[in-house]
Amino acid sequence: MTFEPRIVGFLCNWCSYAGADLAGVSRISYPTNIRIIRLMCSGRVDPVFVLETLVNGADGVMVMGCHPGDCHYVDGNLQTERKIKMLKKLIARTGLEPERLRLEWVSASEGGRFAELVNEFTNQIKALGPSPLAGEKPDPVILENILAAKSAAEDFRLRVLVGREKELIEKGNVYGEKTTQEEFDKTMDEAVQAEYVRSKIYFVVRKEPQSVKELSKRLDLDPQMVLRHIVVLRRRGMVTVGRVEGTTPLYTALEVGR
Amino acid sequence: MEHAEEEVPRIGVFICHCGINIGGVVNVPEVVKYAMTLPNVVYSEDNLYTCSSEGLGKIKEGIGKYNLNRVIVASCTPRTHEPLFRATCEEAGVNKYLFEMANIREHCSWAHMHEPDKATEKAKDIVRMAVAKARLLKPQDELEIEVTPSALVIGGGISGMTSALCLADQGFKVYLVEKEPELGGMLRHLHKLYPTMLNASEGLNKIVGGVKPNKNIEVWTSAVVKQVKGFIGNFDVSVQRGNGETANFRVGTIIVATGADVFEPVGMYGYKKYDNVITQFKLEQLLKDSQLKKPERVVMIQCTGAREEKGRTYCSRICCMEALKNALLVKELYPETDVYILFRDLQTYGKDYEDWHRMAQDRGVKFIKYNLEKPPEVVAGHDGKLTIDVYHALLGEQVQIESDLVILSTPLVQHEDVKELSQILKVPLGPDGFFFEAHVKLRPIDFATDGIYVCGTAHSPKNMAESVSQALGVASRAAIPMAVKRLRTEAITAMVDESLCSGCGTCVKICPYGAIEKDEKGVARVTAVVCKGCGTCGASCPEKAITMRHFTDEQVVAQALAALGRAVA
Repeated sequence: MTFEPRIVGFLCNWCSYAGADLAGVSRISYPTNIRIIRLMCSGRVDPVFVLETLVNGADGVMVMGCHPGDCHYVDGNLQTERKIKMLKKLIARTGLEPERLRLEWVSASEGGRFAELVNEFTNQIKALGPSPLAGEKPDPVILENILAAKSAAEDFRLRVLVGREKELIEKGNVYGEKTTQEEFDKTMDEAVQAEYVRSKIYFVVRKEPQSVKELSKRLDLDPQMVLRHIVVLRRRGMVTVGRVEGTTPLYTALEVGR
Repeated sequence: MEHAEEEVPRIGVFICHCGINIGGVVNVPEVVKYAMTLPNVVYSEDNLYTCSSEGLGKIKEGIGKYNLNRVIVASCTPRTHEPLFRATCEEAGVNKYLFEMANIREHCSWAHMHEPDKATEKAKDIVRMAVAKARLLKPQDELEIEVTPSALVIGGGISGMTSALCLADQGFKVYLVEKEPELGGMLRHLHKLYPTMLNASEGLNKIVGGVKPNKNIEVWTSAVVKQVKGFIGNFDVSVQRGNGETANFRVGTIIVATGADVFEPVGMYGYKKYDNVITQFKLEQLLKDSQLKKPERVVMIQCTGAREEKGRTYCSRICCMEALKNALLVKELYPETDVYILFRDLQTYGKDYEDWHRMAQDRGVKFIKYNLEKPPEVVAGHDGKLTIDVYHALLGEQVQIESDLVILSTPLVQHEDVKELSQILKVPLGPDGFFFEAHVKLRPIDFATDGIYVCGTAHSPKNMAESVSQALGVASRAAIPMAVKRLRTEAITAMVDESLCSGCGTCVKICPYGAIEKDEKGVARVTAVVCKGCGTCGASCPEKAITMRHFTDEQVVAQALAALGRAVA
């Protein structure tokens, strides 16, 4: 049997969903693979939705919104763009192909463009093959990685950085200090890397207590770096010393509940 | 406000054949059978047309008989029919937010009409996704808002003035904003109007004479709309006036009547190279000012820059009749003058308009059909005359015509600066550059955004009679909310869980409407009536403390998992 990708689309009500409607009204055919979820604005797309969809085996995710300047809600689509940019950085670390996620702008009058994009994306995913997380036996390493990515995307730091990107660049922080786009991107890269690794450490030590040495081997990281992350996780009340073997402390996860 | 009782969902799924629109592609009975297997679905049936009075009756009957507390209609797009089905649910005592729609027509049967098996599978998935969401739906209460009983009309041409006058006569305050120093728009430049040969200036003077002294109409010329914020009932508008002042005021509705421009065919058929190649628009002005010197032979070339393979692909609709009318006027003025009309297809579509075609033939106007592939060529001939070399499509041979006046019939095109207005109002332009309506048949003069309407040539090329019809149409559309005075707003708004909010203020900064502020306890608080429900705050909240009503995280994720055939944990 040929591979039929499962693609989930998150579309805004005003532009892209209307564009998809117009493709139908105009009887423009495109592959049947996409399943569309209507939201009022693409800005509603929480990075967690995308990761949850990928965790559950979607071969591709399309997020579509209004063209810049056309957003029904002023600039929700630009917020989406920032979120997708962060998400792609995060996904790139997990072993899952970031090309499985795509952001596109489609206006209410672009039925043809909608069909073309869906066609093109479906073909691209077909060429890429099934997601390693699809089917009965998902790749355990990538699954653990993408769950760590999801946990990082749920956490305060990345969300606050994405949410404040525009303000930090355009208006500056509380001291009036503006950040350039390059500086911000660099900060974001570091934050994505750090939060992702911390999530991974947390996931590992949640299963069984680990030493820094063991963690550094498993995560292929400098022990100094692991220790630094452990310090942050301890400060956040997520990790503590479980027991000491000889002189080596083994770290374990604290259940963070709400 | 939150409804206390948590009832077990009892979902009814009504699947529409839409005649053969869905039923001709998707195996509807199979989808009905499938729907019955889904969790919490207690009833499913198919209808020939669920939106018919019979179909709506079936929904009400089902709600009563099977004690349904959630309703799904699988049919067309929610963008047109959701309000109708929601109203039906309300009539039968089911809160309208407990209704969900599955779009199996636009997104399925119409797009996949050549793949019926796959379309049926997709329709099942779409229904399964709707069920997944419906199970988690919660009833909502709507807030009521007041509607400001005044309108902004953008554009002081015949369309704008007609709708302004119509609204003013109903007692509503109207702000009429025109960017030119004078009212009148395109009509100011036209001569006589078909089919009655009314003098354009006569028609114009009459309506301007009605608008200017009207106490309910505030006319601002040389004025431009700079900013529009808000929503139906309460749009806050800033207009830069001719005197340099900025006027800020509030209106309940907005009418777009910005008109169109005439295409300038620079580089085509020697236009701007030879002085005696002019546009039909210029000919109107020459006739109007009695400046047309007697030509020996006039050649009109239709579809100049219109109905092209790429770019301006559309028919401008008015040029055929305009050419016939002007050909007859030239003949009347100078009976000896030869008039040729070179056309691709002569489209005299309207009531009585075909008579004009016959009349022109009777008066000796000569018609030559040309092809898009072999368009005419205009080259300089003797004594400042022009030679038109055209392939006569019916004779199948090349014909040369000598002429001292070539008239190019060019289409109406959108104003170049209109993109800015479309962004200010957040309403779309179509691929042809004209304003794009909410639905070509069901909502032809509404924008998808409530409270904003479009009429006249801003929407597409049309003649005065058609523009006036639309102008009266939008006036009546805009009058509805203003006459009703109060509107219920969508309950799709954000809600903050105070116990989770850390007061970081990210949502306050992100909200495009300023609907969120920090309260005295330092936590975020949403002003529901200002919230427009985009959900960007919810997707950005670092503590995940914001719930979007009707589009909750759980509901959206449930839909995604259902799309993938996975059950919600």
